[in-house]
Amino acid sequence: MSKPFLKIEHVDKSFSRGAMTNEVLKDVSLEVNEGEYISIIGHSGCGKSTLLNIVAGLTEATKGVVFLEGKVVDEPGPDRAVVFQNHSLLPWLTCYENVALAVDKVFGRSKTKAERHDWVMHKLKLVHMEHAKDRRPSEISGGMKQRIGIARALAMQPKVLLLDEPFGALDALTRTHLQDQVMQIQTELKNTVLMITHDVDEAVLLSDRIVMMTNGPSARIGEILDVNLPRPRKRLELVSDRNYIAARAAVLKFLYERHRFVEAA
Amino acid sequence: MTQSAAAAANVTPLKPTPQASATVVALPQPKKSLFDARTKTRALELAATVVPPIVTIAALLLLWEMLCSSPSSSLPAPSTVISDTWELIANPFYDNGGNDKGLGWQLYASLKRVALGYALAAVAGVALGALVGGSTWAMRGLDPVFQVLRTIPPLAWLPLSLAAFRDGEPSAIFVIFITAIWPVIINTAVGIRNIPQDYKNVAQVLRLNPIEYFTKIMLPAAAPYIFTGLRIGIGLSWLAIVAAEMLIGGVGIGFFIWDAWNSSRISDIILALIYVGAVGYVLDRLVALVAAAVTRGTAAS
Ligand SMILES: Nc1ncnc2c1ncn2[C@@H]1O[C@H](COP(=O)(O)OP(=O)(O)OP(=O)(O)O)[C@@H](O)[C@H]1O
Ligand SMILES: [Mg+2]
Repeated sequence: MSKPFLKIEHVDKSFSRGAMTNEVLKDVSLEVNEGEYISIIGHSGCGKSTLLNIVAGLTEATKGVVFLEGKVVDEPGPDRAVVFQNHSLLPWLTCYENVALAVDKVFGRSKTKAERHDWVMHKLKLVHMEHAKDRRPSEISGGMKQRIGIARALAMQPKVLLLDEPFGALDALTRTHLQDQVMQIQTELKNTVLMITHDVDEAVLLSDRIVMMTNGPSARIGEILDVNLPRPRKRLELVSDRNYIAARAAVLKFLYERHRFVEAA
Repeated sequence: MTQSAAAAANVTPLKPTPQASATVVALPQPKKSLFDARTKTRALELAATVVPPIVTIAALLLLWEMLCSSPSSSLPAPSTVISDTWELIANPFYDNGGNDKGLGWQLYASLKRVALGYALAAVAGVALGALVGGSTWAMRGLDPVFQVLRTIPPLAWLPLSLAAFRDGEPSAIFVIFITAIWPVIINTAVGIRNIPQDYKNVAQVLRLNPIEYFTKIMLPAAAPYIFTGLRIGIGLSWLAIVAAEMLIGGVGIGFFIWDAWNSSRISDIILALIYVGAVGYVLDRLVALVAAAVTRGTAAS
């Protein structure tokens, strides 16, 4: 029996301030195989980002453990690169320098200067951003920033790529475009990906499995849906595909019927 | 323009190329007038920034001249100031030995003290500010001390530093240092406390070591705040040096003013004050220029 690549085991997380304790995650377990593309979907505030940050090592779980290739995850590292919800590029660096900062840190010893330059340029090319390499984040659009964020994460050659609503803040057209690019990159690089999303179509289109979370507080994994669609997937052809429609319906049903978003009083 | 556009419209269905030639003919005209308009607006803008201060200064000089032109007035009028101090204005760099030097040398001596004290304050201030901003315990321990020390007027430090250094020169530099350091420390600390969590997350994922974190994240992220502190600091330094030099004596614009007062050269005092103001303004602009160059792109996200 092969061990799962990434394993989240009985993770609880609560935030406490003084006597107040807010239990966000309760007994979350998930196993992810190498090369799998997993989406995590759930209503706003249920704890998706918290779960991702625990896998990234940026947040410590109250209880439970995360294993990556059998090793306990207890601190952040470039083997779990994150594309943050709000791009998080450093505004004083150009696009090239933002990616190069990661490359120099991760491959400073193992690659020569020329190799590192080629590596940065290759990642920029992968997200079609080599033309804007000398511009600063304030000079490019939201979609372009997100692409640089993805390039920076890919440049670390991570074991797991963690995407926190990478397309959340973008308009529908740009989002579609980036989803296609991510699919294309995925067929090429075969990364293991954990992606948070609000968007049902995006989840079905990109994922091998969709993890649906119940509403907080004490959110857990409600259901896991296998998406049985052959790759490469074509957006337009899928629209009338029976499996696609069924998967989409199942997620919608989970989100809007069984775990309706309850407005906090 | 209408003609060429119409021509292009007529020709296009037959041959696709004429369209390009039509555009070439049409373009230069608006381009030329646009350029003219732009130079005109730029000239107007320049006039709008330069003319008002000139008018104000002229009006003030006129008022001053009128108020002080009577022989009984205790202060000299501008015309008298210029005629009295013409020797000083014309020869800023004469040197008759001792304290009898041109205003250029006096200012140079003061600037040298400020440069040394301010440079020390900038380095120590950023380092201490980083410590206070980065560590909760350092903040709890040091912040109350800083808050008390920073309210002490610069000159109040002078007797103590004279006692410690037994010499005027290091004492004056110390007074500059202790005056300029507080705004640098406090602003640096605020800047570092305000570094967005996002940047810290990036640093953690990349596993930057403390030195890399300091140079690659902390300094650039806090740069706008640090420069605010540096700019306040240079202003305070220049305020303090004039006062301190009055007390320590020797070459320096502060003692020059004090000396002029003791020998009743009121016109010399006025000239020196104008120079002090001008140098202070230039120092402030210099720091602002460096700040603008260094923090370019940092403010916007
Ligand atoms: N550092 C923190 N301290 C206290 N509470 C926190 C902290 N971070 C998150 N929470 C709480 O945890 C809950 C889940 O937050 P989280 O950011 O994980 O939600 P999310 O599912 O990512 O939401 P969204 O889809 O809007 O991004 C929220 O109720 C939030 O208030
Ligand atoms: Mg979130």
